[in-house]
Amino acid sequence: MAITAIVGIVFVIQYFIPHYPFNNFNAWFSDWFSIIGACAIWLGALNLMKISAVKIYRRKSGWGYPVIIILSFVATVFVGFYEGDSFRDLGTGFDWMYRHVYTPLSSTMFALLAFFVASASYRAFRARNFEATLLLLAAFFVMFGRVPVGDAVAGIFGIPESIMPSRVAVWIMNVINSAGQRAIMIGIALGIVSTSLRIILGIERAHLGGD
Amino acid sequence: MLNIASGQEAAPQDTTALDSLVVIPPGVTPVSVKNIVARDNPNDDGGAIYLTWDKSVDDIDGGKVTRYNILRSDSKDGEFVEIGDVASGNNEFYDNSTEDGVQYYYIVTAVNELKENGEILWAVSSESEIAGPAESSAQWFDFRRINVFIGTILICTFILYFISAAKSGKKLYIRKIAGMESVDDAVGRATEMGKKVFFIPGINDMDNVQTIAGLTILGRVAQLTAEYETWIEVPVCKSLVMITARETVKEAYAKVGRPDAFNEDQVHYVTDDQFGYAAAIDGMFVRERPAAVFYMGAFFAESLIMAETGNSIGAIQIAGTGQPSQLPFFVAACDYTLIGEELFAASAYLSKEPKLLGSLKGQDLGKAVILVALILGLILESFNVFKLSNLFSVID
Repeated sequence: MAITAIVGIVFVIQYFIPHYPFNNFNAWFSDWFSIIGACAIWLGALNLMKISAVKIYRRKSGWGYPVIIILSFVATVFVGFYEGDSFRDLGTGFDWMYRHVYTPLSSTMFALLAFFVASASYRAFRARNFEATLLLLAAFFVMFGRVPVGDAVAGIFGIPESIMPSRVAVWIMNVINSAGQRAIMIGIALGIVSTSLRIILGIERAHLGGD
Repeated sequence: MLNIASGQEAAPQDTTALDSLVVIPPGVTPVSVKNIVARDNPNDDGGAIYLTWDKSVDDIDGGKVTRYNILRSDSKDGEFVEIGDVASGNNEFYDNSTEDGVQYYYIVTAVNELKENGEILWAVSSESEIAGPAESSAQWFDFRRINVFIGTILICTFILYFISAAKSGKKLYIRKIAGMESVDDAVGRATEMGKKVFFIPGINDMDNVQTIAGLTILGRVAQLTAEYETWIEVPVCKSLVMITARETVKEAYAKVGRPDAFNEDQVHYVTDDQFGYAAAIDGMFVRERPAAVFYMGAFFAESLIMAETGNSIGAIQIAGTGQPSQLPFFVAACDYTLIGEELFAASAYLSKEPKLLGSLKGQDLGKAVILVALILGLILESFNVFKLSNLFSVID
């Protein structure tokens, strides 16, 4: 707790003091955290291997997935160490795994978002009450204004340039949405100050594993 | 061919090179600059001197000044060396290569030159008087951040005042947070159905305040699951979070007198990769079909992937994050969402500890001050009376 308090206070003070050594604290501590985090990754990796091995040994339901985890982990580590210092260079086995295995899988997960956005929108945009109807209308104008067909259809009906769907969409995002986001961010900033102060003063001790 | 002079015409060259002789036209030498001021650059960590001067009277559009050269020496009578230049129209220069404690002298020369195809045909200049000595040094306070300093002191004072007020027994009113009121129901539902509770503490590491706020809530939720003998699973994205979360859950179980019921495997590491983590969580949701899911921490693009999958299996979902861009996804997909600061207030809300509730009141007073400043600034700036927003600008 004393370490937390001292480091917390030092970090607040260093923001206002340009003199050495305060001007270097941010960089030093960031480096130290990166080093500790990098070393700590072995704890996570070993935990993952242990959990997976136990599931395979006990033949728990879905034990095939831990087999894939262990095989993938071992293969990646082996190839990485085998390639040596230049394991990230183009044409290496590690690079091949990155380009032909990791990247497609990652892209696939990211692409799922498109479908999930559609399903979430379908559920959320219902005119159940006044606020929900407002949300529905705003979503309609933003979606309509973001696609070329919006302005094309509006043009057919002779809608003035100043209230074209694309302009309305931009206005909703830049004015109404931005105002809401900024209000939330002000609250978040105050929440962070309050939580940080509680941690520095030792009132909040979750980072130490609880009360 | 280059001829550099200080207000002189070029001497004639060898007759064989007559074709390349360039004569400097008369009257092209600019008037020298005046009032050079060299001083230590303020609000920095040393190593810089700030120079300003009055521009040459010839420094106008189409005038006789193309640039200013800056020369420096560490003694008044020593050799002056060029250290940089600025284009015409400028009247300031930052010398970032000084050594603290060493006195420097400066000369600024106004230069007029003619270029053709990138080659300087001729150049003339006029030197200023020597300015100095100036010495760079580091400052102990950055006065550009005085507004942040005052704001920090103010908000911390509010929070500390209300913490002490709460400790002295003063009753503090906190409004209901729907998401937190439902924690009991969510865990109870999982208990009745004989299913698991999942707690996802976000994908950032322990250096993020949102993760710490999430783990604080984990402690409270873990106490409930320990009391109800419900299995809580905490798959994490970072190793350090795994260590801390494990201690938090273990402590929570011990607190309610059930240390034997705690299993280390309840908190386990998955992967550091964002979408690998999302894929793993989705797989767990589909296979194990938890009855209640909590998302408390920092989330990014993976938030909707996990929340929609949780929704598809019929789990009751309570989310909280400080990422404004992810809040709409959680609002659409989850049953309850803690918006912004509610995530940081949740631990105080659940524990009802006076010191924690006091800090919430202090936070609220800070918000009230900002609200007043917003309204005041809106009026003052709309009528062009005073630019209040300048008081809130931050220089990094």
